[in-house]
Amino acid sequence: MTARFSLFRLGAMIRKEFIQMRRDRLTFAMMIGVPVMQLVLFGYAINSDPKHLPTAIFAQDHSVFTRSIVKGMENSDYFDVVALPETAEEADDLIRTGEVQFVLQIPPDFSRELQRGQRPELLLDADATDPAATGNAVNGIQLLAAQVLNRDFEGPLATLKPRPDPVNLIVHRRYNAEGRTELNIVPGLIGVILTMTMIIFTALAMTRETERGTMENLLTMPVRPFEVMLGKILPYIIIGYIQTAVVLAAAYWLFEVPMTGSLGLLSFVLFFFVAANLAVGFTFSTLARNQLQAVQMTIFFFLPSILLSGFMFPFRGMPVWAQWIGEVLPLTHFLRIVRGILLKGNGMTEIAPDLLALLAFLTAVSIISLNRYRQTLD
Amino acid sequence: MSQTHRAEPAEDAPLVIDVHGLTKSFGATTVVDGIDMQVREGEIYGFLGPNGSGKTTTIRMLCGLLTPDAGSGTCLGHDIITESGRIKLKVGYMTQRFSLYEDLSIRENLAFVASIYGLKKPRQAVRETLEKLGLETRANQLAGALSGGWKQRLALAAAIMHQPKLLLLDEPTAGVDPKARREFWDEIHQLADNGLTVLVSTHYMDEAERCHKICYLAYGKLLARGTVNEVIRQSGLVTWLVSGNSQRRINRLARDLAGRSGVEMVAPFGATLHVSGANDNALQNAISPFRGDADLAWRKVEPTLEDVFIHMMQSASDNFG
Repeated sequence: MTARFSLFRLGAMIRKEFIQMRRDRLTFAMMIGVPVMQLVLFGYAINSDPKHLPTAIFAQDHSVFTRSIVKGMENSDYFDVVALPETAEEADDLIRTGEVQFVLQIPPDFSRELQRGQRPELLLDADATDPAATGNAVNGIQLLAAQVLNRDFEGPLATLKPRPDPVNLIVHRRYNAEGRTELNIVPGLIGVILTMTMIIFTALAMTRETERGTMENLLTMPVRPFEVMLGKILPYIIIGYIQTAVVLAAAYWLFEVPMTGSLGLLSFVLFFFVAANLAVGFTFSTLARNQLQAVQMTIFFFLPSILLSGFMFPFRGMPVWAQWIGEVLPLTHFLRIVRGILLKGNGMTEIAPDLLALLAFLTAVSIISLNRYRQTLD
Repeated sequence: MSQTHRAEPAEDAPLVIDVHGLTKSFGATTVVDGIDMQVREGEIYGFLGPNGSGKTTTIRMLCGLLTPDAGSGTCLGHDIITESGRIKLKVGYMTQRFSLYEDLSIRENLAFVASIYGLKKPRQAVRETLEKLGLETRANQLAGALSGGWKQRLALAAAIMHQPKLLLLDEPTAGVDPKARREFWDEIHQLADNGLTVLVSTHYMDEAERCHKICYLAYGKLLARGTVNEVIRQSGLVTWLVSGNSQRRINRLARDLAGRSGVEMVAPFGATLHVSGANDNALQNAISPFRGDADLAWRKVEPTLEDVFIHMMQSASDNFG
């Protein structure tokens, strides 16, 4: 009688899987290529706080105040003054064609009205098709107007100086004082890369057996479902660790992400996160009839993972229903854990709720996949 | 064909396969419909029938790959429904399609099979199998790079590595050249001589004639079984062999006879014609107008297995198709 579980058979499965992995050049290239590509793209190409935005100044009043404002804008990182249109149409053209992001209009009587204390209007036209691109710059200019003019309000104009706020508000941006996007993105990338590659690899590894007809042979042999599943999953857990090491190394040396917390704790959590993704892939493989379907299912899982987990957009900005979907996804919990450990220096106590959520997901999906796995061709 | 007749296994040898009423449907189609089958130890049992007749499905039910919808029975003394785990250990199954790993080398494939079956000395088993195949020098080649004949030999070697008691072969020689086919069958007979029971499905008549016993399956029903001679006799088919002095005369006769009542089959074999029918008198009546033709020579012969199978296929399609 076949033993319920045999390490010997499991070993045979794992050996076979590694040999096949080694021979499959494209998969092998994907294992290393995907992390490197995503690191470069997300780490270097994505910036949610864009600076040096092209700006035009339509000045109808050439006074000392105008010059101060232009100077102040150029000194801030957000605006690069690239054009000085003469007419309103010209200014409008620039923003319509997308040549500039902003047009600042200084009305003809600006300095006179300013000196009279009439609070003249300064109009900033912003191309707000992409709110993320304009948001920070718009906030910046509000402070700027007050600050640069402050210096010009001297002598009789001193009365125009803005009065200080009654409260001295101090903002302390913890864990990412400079607000660097990479600090948020790069640790999260570990989770995104693993979600993408781990699910696809296992789903493909299983459907390949069905597609090539080797499943029929595997099923006639005395190998247990649990051994097949573990044999398909364990090799990829190792691959998952290698990918993580690549990203962590890049995070540390290229992006200067602080490693505040314990890397040992991160490796511990990583095991369950990778296993959860592999179990999803295994489940897909029991549903898919061929490799193409397996890839399609992976995309269906990957899309909400990347959009609703808090990787790309702030989790708290999503409506409640979307947050609930997000709470189910393993990536959501892993992101909180990895950002918590690396940036905030969180320990076991802080990450426990998210770790438990990961474990619950892993258990549920494993049960589904083992029930779905057929020992027959029925 | 020239064949070495080997001793047939004794009639009182124990039953290796003993199943009754096996039935399997996929959706609305009943692929296997109430099949009874008994195979004795050491027998080479031929499994014949047209494409889609349910041969593969039956084999898969025997080794636990499919669960029958109805029916019961034992395979190697184990219940086919509740003890498929035990059956798997003692059965070697060679699938219709090459189902070893094409991206693994010959040696790696054999080593994988040896470990999965938990062989005591896997390395030795692999080495011995490679020697027997004569593949020691090519052991590190990928299995996918082998020719059809070699793939088939490798698959057979892998299927018998764990020394099974029963070997299930699903169209093992499809697409293999005649020499390799001959060698394959020589090996099957050798294995059977050593007590291995073999169930083999095939389309080839010469292969059917090398089996100790055969059965014929069409539309999921078992239509005939027994030795080759028994199956021919049971069919009740009467065949006349007609030879003529010219090919044109024979061709014209074939056209004239086709479709006449009493004539079921008119099959040209080179310069001769096989004219068959199930009813002796009706056939006599049908051919009597041509019997006197001096250009034709008529002789009543034993129908060939092929005549019998085509006859069974036609009447089966009339009844169930």
